[in-house]
Amino acid sequence: MDMSKHSQASFSLRMLWQQFTRILSLPIMAIVYGVDWIISRLIEPVIGSRRMPYFFVLPNMLIFVLFILTPVLLNFVFAFTGGSSTALSNRFGVGLANFERLFDCGDITNYLTCREDVFIRAIGNTTLYIAIEVPAMIIVAMIIALALNQEIRLRGFFRSAFFFPVLLSPVVVALIWKWMLQERGGLINTIISMFGGEPINFYVNGEWMMFWAIFVSVWAQVGFYALILLAGLQGIPPSLFEAARIDGANSMQQFWRVTLPLLRPTLLVVLVLTLIRGVQMFDHIYVLTGGGPGTSTTLMVQYIYRTGFEPPNNWGLAAAVSLLLAVVLAILTIFQLFLNRKQTEAV
Amino acid sequence: MARTAERDTASYKWWGSHILGFLFRKQGGKRMNLTDWLTYAFLIVGTVIMFFPVLWMIMSSFKPISTLLQTPPTFLPYYPETIVIPGRDRPLPLLDVKLEDGSIKRMAQLSRVGRAARVLDIENPDAPPINVPLENVTPVQTVRFDLTNYTTAIERFPFFTYLRNSVVITISATILTLLINSMAAYALSKFRFRGRSVIFLLILSALMVPLAVIMIPVFLVIGWVGLGGNLLGVIIPPAATPTGVFLLRQYMLTIPDELIEAARIDGASEWRIYWRIVLPLAAPALAVLAIFSFMWRWNDFLWPLIVLGGKTELSTLQIGLNSFQGELNVQWDLILAMTVLSIIPVVIVFAFLQKYITSGIASTGIKG
Repeated sequence: MDMSKHSQASFSLRMLWQQFTRILSLPIMAIVYGVDWIISRLIEPVIGSRRMPYFFVLPNMLIFVLFILTPVLLNFVFAFTGGSSTALSNRFGVGLANFERLFDCGDITNYLTCREDVFIRAIGNTTLYIAIEVPAMIIVAMIIALALNQEIRLRGFFRSAFFFPVLLSPVVVALIWKWMLQERGGLINTIISMFGGEPINFYVNGEWMMFWAIFVSVWAQVGFYALILLAGLQGIPPSLFEAARIDGANSMQQFWRVTLPLLRPTLLVVLVLTLIRGVQMFDHIYVLTGGGPGTSTTLMVQYIYRTGFEPPNNWGLAAAVSLLLAVVLAILTIFQLFLNRKQTEAV
Repeated sequence: MARTAERDTASYKWWGSHILGFLFRKQGGKRMNLTDWLTYAFLIVGTVIMFFPVLWMIMSSFKPISTLLQTPPTFLPYYPETIVIPGRDRPLPLLDVKLEDGSIKRMAQLSRVGRAARVLDIENPDAPPINVPLENVTPVQTVRFDLTNYTTAIERFPFFTYLRNSVVITISATILTLLINSMAAYALSKFRFRGRSVIFLLILSALMVPLAVIMIPVFLVIGWVGLGGNLLGVIIPPAATPTGVFLLRQYMLTIPDELIEAARIDGASEWRIYWRIVLPLAAPALAVLAIFSFMWRWNDFLWPLIVLGGKTELSTLQIGLNSFQGELNVQWDLILAMTVLSIIPVVIVFAFLQKYITSGIASTGIKG
């Protein structure tokens, strides 16, 4: 009884799908043949077959020139000019004034004595964030990868469990945790009171919020790095462990002498990737804390966003900070490309 | 080997130990040692930490605001039961009242007076209400997965506007990404032409300038070309992704040149070779890029935030969610419901295409 019902349902679903594809196939065919005809018959003869490669790269290059190359050049222009106007003709050269303003401090170790105290604070916050987040991320990802690399049941399930937050949007991740951290109705505070502690209003404590910002970034992204490390682990030939075992190495020695040295290229890639993303960190924390309380979780990118897009829209200053950030990122990215190249050569 | 071992365990009389044995046994039927126990302990604790926040959000999204903010919170969504009593203009909450003689009676609450509740006898509503101290009172609640929060959220917020914008952006940006990146990848993998290495280097260098670094000038350029406050401004600029070009180029390098040569000898135009031969052959790589592009666009936050400038009628789901959570009095019941709705497409994609995503990341290292 149940069976026939089931097959009937799937049968009608198949009918629906057939109808759907029949209706859709006509416009799709029209597009496939239409585009083919227009470009092959009308455009290619005009351009000439030999110049077709240029036609193929044209859309990409147009977007690249317009939305990457031009902005990069403009960023230089803005960083060295002043004024609140965005029209280039109304901007005037100020030399290095924007950069001088950023580092205009009575005492560089105390951000309160600086003219752009939020900027100095943001540098400090970003440094602190990276200094904790990057090692935490790598260590946790490494442990997950090692655990998943064991002979275990339900490996696919456990892998998905650690991986799925990677696919959630930063806004959703931040909202999930913002809700977890509420003083009323939040799960973390419920657990604290269950063990007899006083509920904590995390949102008014800068140090707590920095902790949670780091925790949430690790929670959201660790699956991604664990996956890369797992691929690296699985690339180590099992015969090496076999040989180490025969030579009498225990599992600790195997880890330090075989796993780690052979995983070093992958670990380096992960390190650079986490650094690059740490420097650019914005959305998770922006939604979770808004940079607060005060400016205690304001990172570099949020500082750029605030300076540029919130009144009084100091474009020059924001561009100057962008330029500094770009230098850091460029160094890291070149390093990453170099590593990638070395790795592919090794393979 | 593993199969016979499984059949052996199936003969265990106590099925509970069978399940435990299945879970906690190494492949090949070896017994567990300390490392295995630690591994499982870590994996299970980790799974709870990863899953529970999401589960908590989903459960919370079904709770009415009264249950949502109560301390201590409950895991399941409890709804206070109410009763309609003739002569009273609104439904009254039901209470289990412990009377002075120790018996428990179900009564309706009229109001709260200090630390006491004014309650009414249900069977005899005309009798004068009595006051009982709050400690003798427990509200009657039932677990219900009620969709009120969802319907209210959809009514109160311009949910369908956000949804439409997100869908339009995601689908058109993905199609555009596939088209222009595969064109560029084809040219870079199968042609020798002047300037090829320069173009390749330019695309490579685009990796170095993420949006976060150039958001100020990009915002201005988008305004100058007339795409500011326009969905096209979100769709077009990120479509030329270097990662996409690399992924497709690597794949197209494996397509044999002879195939293309043969088509050329048969008189096919260059476009037709790309459109009718190379594209279908590159379908697996295109599929991987399509999944990633879908994820990138659906979850994107910074780009629409900058380009769309906070206009409600142009906002995506992500921007909408963010703007409502930033209000002074956050309406958590509605926000949570909308958040759950916004992750449904991602969950569907993950459920069906997980294998491609994970193998795509593991083999290319592109961002998920």
